[in-house]
Amino acid sequence: MSEGEKRMDEANKHKPLVVTVSPHIKSEESVSRIMWTVNISLLPAFIMGFYFFGPKALCVTALCIITAVLSEYAFTKSLKQKATINDGSAFLTGLLLGMNLPASLWSFNPFTIHIPIVASVVAIVITKQLFGGLGYNVFNPALVGRAFTLISFPKAMTIWIAPTAAFLSIDAKTSATPLGVLKEEGMGKLIEIFGDKGNLYMQLLLGHRAGSIGETSAIALLIGAAFLLFKRYITWHIPFSFLGTAALLAWVFGGKDPHTGKMLFFAGDPLIHLISGGMLLGAFFMATDYVTCPSLKKGQILFGIGCGALTMLIRLKGGFPEGVMFAILIMNCFAPLIDRGFKTKVFGTVETQGMKK
Amino acid sequence: MGLSTFRGGIHPPDKKDLSKDSPIRPAKVPQRIVIPLSQHTGAPCKPIVSINQEVKKGELIGEPGGFVSAPVHSSVSGKVVAIGEFPNPMGRMVNSVVIENDGKEDWTALKDSPHYADLSPDELKEKIKGAGIVGLGGAAFPTSVKLSPPKEKPIDTVIINGAECEPYLTADYRLMIEKPAEIIEGLKVLMKTLGVNKGFVGIEDNKPEAIEKMEEATEEYRNIEVCTLAVKYPQGAEKMLIKATTGREVPPRGLPMDVKVVVQNVGTALAIFEATRYGKPLIERVVTVTGEGINSPSNLLVRIGTLVSELIDECGGFKGDAGKVIAGGPMMGFALASLDVPVTKGTSGILVIPEEGVLHAEDFGPCIRCGRCIDICPMNLMPSLLSVFAEKGHYEEAKEYNLFDCFECGSCAFVCPSKRPMVQLIRLAKSMTKP
Repeated sequence: MSEGEKRMDEANKHKPLVVTVSPHIKSEESVSRIMWTVNISLLPAFIMGFYFFGPKALCVTALCIITAVLSEYAFTKSLKQKATINDGSAFLTGLLLGMNLPASLWSFNPFTIHIPIVASVVAIVITKQLFGGLGYNVFNPALVGRAFTLISFPKAMTIWIAPTAAFLSIDAKTSATPLGVLKEEGMGKLIEIFGDKGNLYMQLLLGHRAGSIGETSAIALLIGAAFLLFKRYITWHIPFSFLGTAALLAWVFGGKDPHTGKMLFFAGDPLIHLISGGMLLGAFFMATDYVTCPSLKKGQILFGIGCGALTMLIRLKGGFPEGVMFAILIMNCFAPLIDRGFKTKVFGTVETQGMKK
Repeated sequence: MGLSTFRGGIHPPDKKDLSKDSPIRPAKVPQRIVIPLSQHTGAPCKPIVSINQEVKKGELIGEPGGFVSAPVHSSVSGKVVAIGEFPNPMGRMVNSVVIENDGKEDWTALKDSPHYADLSPDELKEKIKGAGIVGLGGAAFPTSVKLSPPKEKPIDTVIINGAECEPYLTADYRLMIEKPAEIIEGLKVLMKTLGVNKGFVGIEDNKPEAIEKMEEATEEYRNIEVCTLAVKYPQGAEKMLIKATTGREVPPRGLPMDVKVVVQNVGTALAIFEATRYGKPLIERVVTVTGEGINSPSNLLVRIGTLVSELIDECGGFKGDAGKVIAGGPMMGFALASLDVPVTKGTSGILVIPEEGVLHAEDFGPCIRCGRCIDICPMNLMPSLLSVFAEKGHYEEAKEYNLFDCFECGSCAFVCPSKRPMVQLIRLAKSMTKP
């Protein structure tokens, strides 16, 4: 055997080696793991929604999830793209969207079942896929879906079922949301409805109030949020600046003289604003969407402040009782610009000197 | 109080248990040795031997081809049988000298200097230069160049890099345990050569035995300090190490000498001691042969020019099917296409990843802008944007985002949940535009 043949023989002893660029090890983290974890973190709030609003809540949310996943599948299939539905992001969009809709939409008379479907298609096809799919969308898909249907079907989108623990009851009564009462009739009326202030807070924390399916239970939302913070899937920057700004503005500008209806400075109730409407759901689960928020921590604080300020501007001065959705969507536009403004300073420049650790 | 470190960084599993308790042992000297004439950063050497010429162990066979270059020596005694292009670990063809080992281990005359401590800085530098010493941490930058800073760049600190932050590798760790006194002697030579009064040894906190040994060895020297560093990758990157030990930041695109520091690896310090004390040229180095895909992980003292295939055999061969064989560590090492490549001065480890542990590069998704890479980038860059710019061909824009300050540590690719090939994309952008 010649030297060359011997070498060839040697070389054939093992399979061809894989050659790639470094690094050769990677963390276990993956997009689907992140998305499914966020889905799980929303479960407590969803379960509370199901408990208070019954099978309708389940049906509306399921409809959103199924439509979202199917429309993403159909879109990628028709364009011969790689199927992406397993990454959990379409499921998450569907779940978030469902949790942001009123359970009353599951109704055949008047027929409003098409609304969750329209919302999901708008969210996935128009907001996400037409912009290039996951990672390229400018706006939070679930919020665009909701905004679209709120504007298109304003009546149906604001019929709220009164919460009832007896969730098998068929005849759901309608009720106003606490924010709606607060806007139209003031704090006094709100306390009157719930008996006393302590009970008002308690019911809002539990989620025993009218509202979108997944937004009502503050405690359940906070449990999910704590889980995400603990897992470091989200950081404090956006939610805390969002909630902090909203609370501050609610305290400063949210007070009203019960008799004259004029604004009273430094007399607002920040807690009511934090635990009603979609504030917690928005701050922890929607504004923190990686794709549509700034990537840099400093920028995220500014983003959160913007969200908080716009939410309170809409709630206190706008035509809608609730402003979280529009606030986040407006701030979504600024996310790329904010990232540009806060561009990092490379290691070794004057700006980074003295940054220990 | 927290341990010294830098901003950013990652915590890959360290996997050092595989080989950390295996004492350094000399590897079998092969029949035939392939010595590349370019094993260092800088100009390749010019061969000064001819085919059929007899050479002794330690004999000069390649002269430096410029200022930034380092001579190469024969690592065995025997006969030159070929001079020509051979693949090096990075897969490039480089001019190499092939020597048939006669097994006599016949040393060339070495200049012993029992009183090396009394030599002048210039004499010491000459010895280091003549021994062909380069940085043994992996970059293989000629040491003599680092020891010749221009006059306007005074040096006041020498740091010995014992961080060994690459997972799996334990060569430096073993050296610190087995040869602490010699390493400190090497550091003292460096300090004398540079006229410096302050020396540091930086060691990560996960190597308590090495810290203890080095502290014992430095006990009598008040101007040498062992600095315990937080366990974090890339703690051993020059700029990060300087930041952690001295608090100084090397400016962008700058060199350690810009902040009055010279950094040398543990193995280099030992080689410097051996060169100045015994006149021994750099003809061998410690290589960690490790990984889940090798039967008996070991730390071997290997002659430069030994083929990787021989080291694999020496360590009991592959365990199952090998998927990837890497020269260096898993974070910055090069995947080998063939095992018939020689160990060079810069080869700190041979890592065998079994077939089932191989990550395939083709399955990656879009950037979801999660910002993990920005949080951990030790250079404070925005890798996510760099990768997107590279993907879209916007190379000039990548440059505005400090593309050329990336030293390719791979931390961003490690944390990326979309499994994006960050280093590959960044290298692409670098190659498509000019700094």
